[in-house]
Amino acid sequence: MKLKSRHLLGLENMPREDIELILNTAVSFKEVLERPIKKLPTLQGRTIVNLFFESSTRTRISFELAERRLSADVVNFTTAGSSMAKGETFKDTVKNIEAMKVDMVVIRHSSPGAPHFLAKIIDANVINAGDGTHEHPTQALLDIFTMREKFGYIQGLNVCIVGDILHSRVARSNIFGLKTLGANVSVCGPETLIPKDIESLGVEVYHNIDEVIPKVDVLNVLRLQLERQNSAFIPSLQEYHKFFGITRKRLEKASKPILIMHPGPINRGVELSSDVADSEHSVILEQVTNGVAVRMAILYLLGTMAN
Amino acid sequence: MRVIFKNARVINPAQNLDEVVDLVIVNGRIEKIGKVSVGEDFEVYDFTGKVIAPGFVDMHVHLREPGFEHKETIESGVEAGANGGFTALCCMPNTEPAIDEPGVVEYVKKRAGESLDGIVDVYPIGAITKRREGKELAPIAELVEVGVVGFSDDGNPVQDSGVMRKAFEYVSMFDKVIIQHCEDKTLSQNGMANEGYWSTVLGLAPYPNISEEIILYRDLRLLQYLKPKIKNVKYHVAHISSKGSVELLRRFKDDNLNISAEVTPHHLLLTDKDIWESNYDTNFKVNPPLKSEEDVEALVSALKDGTIDVIATDHAPHAPEEKESDFASAPFGIIGLETAVGLILSEFVNKGIISINRMIELFSVNPRKILGLPQVKIAEGESANLTLLDPNFEWVVDAGKFKSKSRNSPFIGWRLKGKPIGIVNKGKIYWSSL
Repeated sequence: MKLKSRHLLGLENMPREDIELILNTAVSFKEVLERPIKKLPTLQGRTIVNLFFESSTRTRISFELAERRLSADVVNFTTAGSSMAKGETFKDTVKNIEAMKVDMVVIRHSSPGAPHFLAKIIDANVINAGDGTHEHPTQALLDIFTMREKFGYIQGLNVCIVGDILHSRVARSNIFGLKTLGANVSVCGPETLIPKDIESLGVEVYHNIDEVIPKVDVLNVLRLQLERQNSAFIPSLQEYHKFFGITRKRLEKASKPILIMHPGPINRGVELSSDVADSEHSVILEQVTNGVAVRMAILYLLGTMAN
Repeated sequence: MRVIFKNARVINPAQNLDEVVDLVIVNGRIEKIGKVSVGEDFEVYDFTGKVIAPGFVDMHVHLREPGFEHKETIESGVEAGANGGFTALCCMPNTEPAIDEPGVVEYVKKRAGESLDGIVDVYPIGAITKRREGKELAPIAELVEVGVVGFSDDGNPVQDSGVMRKAFEYVSMFDKVIIQHCEDKTLSQNGMANEGYWSTVLGLAPYPNISEEIILYRDLRLLQYLKPKIKNVKYHVAHISSKGSVELLRRFKDDNLNISAEVTPHHLLLTDKDIWESNYDTNFKVNPPLKSEEDVEALVSALKDGTIDVIATDHAPHAPEEKESDFASAPFGIIGLETAVGLILSEFVNKGIISINRMIELFSVNPRKILGLPQVKIAEGESANLTLLDPNFEWVVDAGKFKSKSRNSPFIGWRLKGKPIGIVNKGKIYWSSL
């Protein structure tokens, strides 16, 4: 089995078989991660560059671990102190890096479509590690992997994404991937943070979290950027927490346990109360573990398809 | 210069002229119109099937000089204009320094006079406010004195309604047009794509239609309010782009305000979906952003029914290194001087949406009316100011043939039927190399 595309730019157009191939491959890599010796020779001799034009802790470390566990040679690039800080253009920077013969590029950038631009100008496989407010496909794949692991199915699963949908790449990728796999997806957040025409993507929109809770199996809770208050999207973090924050009290109203997910980093006391974040229904740390397995699967599938 | 165009279809809606004739031009003057026998030492061109029109005017162009010569110079912009079939251009004041004082106007005119021996008339648009900051009025009277044909702060439209009111009142003393780029910046913010389904899918910061419509409505209401007090105010909407704006324009035109509007070829031919289809090609990044199919349909019907008066390009050159980047970092703008005439001939005239006579009104008669420029007369004894068209010529838009310094066109590679073939002005002929 092979993926249809040699890049992973987003989940918007990824066919169901490709998503399933990645998820199934990740299952075997997760088993590898449970072994005492976690390293495989699969990508030996391959060079991967992690281009992080925007800061990241979790995603960058997760990619790097996945790359190293597949025995790839890894180079990290961050903008601070780089030639870009000296005024070099994005295009020149990446053309120079490519000239050093790299096989794969993992890119995080604040501009939507930056990985798509990169894929047009270089020959290496491109993996989108988050492009502005557009997509974050590996995050969504690890979210979906975690849901599938917990429930055993995605078709018909009721998932609500809670928070700042407008600015969220995690939300977009989750919506695209989950819809392709047949889940029922809703979003819940203040109207100022709901993008126009989101219903056309086949999702239901809610503004009352208490109305959503009894209907769902999964709450995927997004981080609320602290600066949204200053730009008048919400009156205050306190008000946000009061009306949209996921608390134990709110969850008690559900007839069944709800799986709590969060892409991190968490603002405790804003979108999630601490007791929920640390509760037995929270799989936030398992998501992080699964992230390495899912990224290994993607790197493996893209890295070996050229042969 | 002794030229005969044989069997040309000469059209000038301003004179109700539409005839197949021979046109004789000697030293820039029209010597004879009618059937002529070919005399000695004339250059003779068979113009069977070709059209001669009064010189086209592009009333919305960014020549970038002074200040941004790496994008375009007055010389390269003038050559692009001539190559694209224009005998006159209006250049917008968003240069560095801005066209907000007489010295800059004189500089632009001098440079234009030196470019291609002045074959293209360049009419500067003056800034409404000093440094286009929207606060204090620019020296309007002095700018009129040195020959600006209108006023605009273009990309930085006056946000303060009180300043705008005073601009209308003050400019009304001079019978010059105010050209507004309608954008409420508090609504467009960092928007990059038309707010709607595609901006949501693409994750691009949304730019709502209402940003254009709210400033347009504000201005139209100001004009309505001021009408009993001021007589000669003329208002022109730059690059109108939404269905709502078209409806507003239609409504207020019925109220006998002296208002007009232009539309660009890209807003008539492209939509926000093109950003998605092109995988974030920055040549589709433009302000106002490309709109929905529904908006495009409204623009086309307004073009047909006369609600829209002018086609202008908003020729906005940017250097390749500026556009070859990620979508958010790339500047807004599309070049248009060398594609506009071909696109309109091909996609509107040859497809039967508008007549060629209407096209000539949109490109020549109406801009002159709005700008207060004398109409071109195609008559014996008149000086020749002409755009030459071949409505049947099939060609492919090739950036290698552009005279503009920039290449930021989403139309490169388009297969078109109909092309500008040259211009005649100031006693000279320029043949297009497109």
